[in-house]
Amino acid sequence: MDSYLELSHVTIDFPTPNGPFRALDKVKLSIEKGEFISLIGHSGCGKSTVLNIIAGLHQATEGGVILNGKEVSEPGPDRAVVFQNHSLLPWMTAYENVELAVKQVFKNQKSKEEMKEWIEHNLELVHMSHAMDKRPDELSGGMKQRVGIARALSMEPKVMLMDEPFGALDALTRAHMQDSLMEIQAELNNTVIMITHDVDEAVLLSDRIVMMTNGPAATVGEILKVDLERPRDRLALAEVPEYNHYRAEVVRFLHERYKNPEAEEEADSGSDVDAETAMASEEKAEVQDKQKKEDDAPVLYAVND
Amino acid sequence: MLIEPFLRIFTGPNKAEEINKLLKAIVTPLVALGIFLLLWSAGASQIKTSLGAVPGPTQVWEQAVNLLDEHKEERQKEAAFYERQEKRNAKKLAQNPDAEIKIRPYTGKATYLDQIWTSIYTVMTGFLIASLIAIPIGIMCGLSPLIYTALNPLIQIFKPVSPLAWLPIVMMIVSAVYVSDDPMFDKSYLNSAITVTLCCLWPTIINTTVGVSSIDKDLINVSKVLRLTWLTKVFKIVIPSSIPMMFAGLRVSLGIGWMVLIAAEMLAQNPGLGKFVWDEFQNGSSNSLARIMVAVFTIGLVGFLLDRLMLMLQKSISWDKSAVIR
Ligand SMILES: Nc1ncnc2c1ncn2[C@@H]1O[C@H](COP(=O)(O)OP(=O)(O)O)[C@@H](O)[C@H]1O
Ligand SMILES: [Mg+2]
Repeated sequence: MDSYLELSHVTIDFPTPNGPFRALDKVKLSIEKGEFISLIGHSGCGKSTVLNIIAGLHQATEGGVILNGKEVSEPGPDRAVVFQNHSLLPWMTAYENVELAVKQVFKNQKSKEEMKEWIEHNLELVHMSHAMDKRPDELSGGMKQRVGIARALSMEPKVMLMDEPFGALDALTRAHMQDSLMEIQAELNNTVIMITHDVDEAVLLSDRIVMMTNGPAATVGEILKVDLERPRDRLALAEVPEYNHYRAEVVRFLHERYKNPEAEEEADSGSDVDAETAMASEEKAEVQDKQKKEDDAPVLYAVND
Repeated sequence: MLIEPFLRIFTGPNKAEEINKLLKAIVTPLVALGIFLLLWSAGASQIKTSLGAVPGPTQVWEQAVNLLDEHKEERQKEAAFYERQEKRNAKKLAQNPDAEIKIRPYTGKATYLDQIWTSIYTVMTGFLIASLIAIPIGIMCGLSPLIYTALNPLIQIFKPVSPLAWLPIVMMIVSAVYVSDDPMFDKSYLNSAITVTLCCLWPTIINTTVGVSSIDKDLINVSKVLRLTWLTKVFKIVIPSSIPMMFAGLRVSLGIGWMVLIAAEMLAQNPGLGKFVWDEFQNGSSNSLARIMVAVFTIGLVGFLLDRLMLMLQKSISWDKSAVIR
């Protein structure tokens, strides 16, 4: 039962003018070392809040977070955060941004020379060596996000927390970033929790996908274990029936069991397009599945029954 | 900044268009200036004051030249004065090598250029003192809601106080506190500078507070995740990100300080441009009004140059080179 990162009955009430607002209700989650977890759910359900509680930026009203046997009570570099809008310091170069973190974390452990090497090594990992003397306003969105990831990696965190890290990027750049992230993950085997609203991204990257119910008082709805062999290749996966099946499971959760509360009012709004295409490919998958007699069906955990 | 459009004629892709643009940029203000001078000279001759007609552009120009000439004359007198002393001393030494020699300082009257210089360094002194006080206070107020709540009423009450109300208090306190047989600074210099300080504080405090308290929340979260020490946070994150607002405040402060200084000099008879204006007014010669107008233009020009100076400083310090600063 002693897992690496444990969220036990995490509940949070935000104070509002109309009394306390319960954003999360008894969120339970156990994560093993080296696992890649995606957190998916409709906007406003409380994904960022979960991440901020793990980061220590918010305090749970009830319950708590235990990382490697210690309760989390304040923010710290062992839980590095990659923010959606990169949040690099605009007056520092890519190198200096990473340096700020490295100097802080390895203050008395690394010599100047070692620090320099370590900073350059991390920028190398995200393929940013060529632009390390550029400031954020001279970098593209994807490059900024790479530097943000390098900064987080350079802290050698126990857990890396990513809040929609690729949400603001165009599809092509996003695919690049996902591949880079998988490469890094294969090399370093970090424990990662990533928030996303992109079903493909979740299935492609994750070991498990945590699907959250709608707020208020949101909690973990289902957890989907993604048993796809690594290294994963997005092109090859498109042909793999299991991949489409996992994908369909997530879509079904998001669009049938926990419909977007906003989309419900306008039945044929844009957000449903994703569901339709997903269902189409899901049907295809099922045809193939029948031939395979469905013996390797996805493992489905229902947590809050 | 001023030569940039000229350079673009040579470097720009469309030369004819750049020349056209440049002509417009130069010709339009010149036309406006011409109209202004015409209206001025036409209007001025219509109004008769006890000191004669209001001076037109030509009279003002004459007086500007006069003031410069007086300055040169005074400097020549000074040089001659020292030369005479030296000659005398040399003679003395030739007669008796052990003779005690003295060089008396020249005590001529301050010229117009001297007055300008006095005003400039007085305003700079007051402004620097104010900035050294106001920026830390602003940072504290921006970082701590408690300190802000505590200081805000005081700031709001002192902010609208006229410099003329401060002046007598400053004068009394300075003459009570600053007692010294061999004073390093003139009292009048201190009075003016401190009055400027008191009026320069508020815009900088308020703007710095706003700048600091509106830092991107994500950046603050970064400093929390990194567990930066308070000092590192202030120097690496808070100050750089509030520099644009800080400079906005500093520029307003310097502008106010300059206006305040002139008023204070007039009122307290402290050396500087303000005193020059007041003396000319009291003097009441037929040239006085023209000389005062020279001072008016000088005050405007110096104020403008001070603002440009701050702008250049801001541009060289600020990280956000893309921001349009005017
Ligand atoms: N500091 C806060 N104060 C009050 N309510 C908040 C605060 N932060 C988040 N919330 C509310 O909690 C809910 C979950 O927010 P969030 O975690 O940002 O959602 P998500 O990241 O899933 O889009 C939202 O309804 C939001 O309005
Ligand atoms: Mg969010």
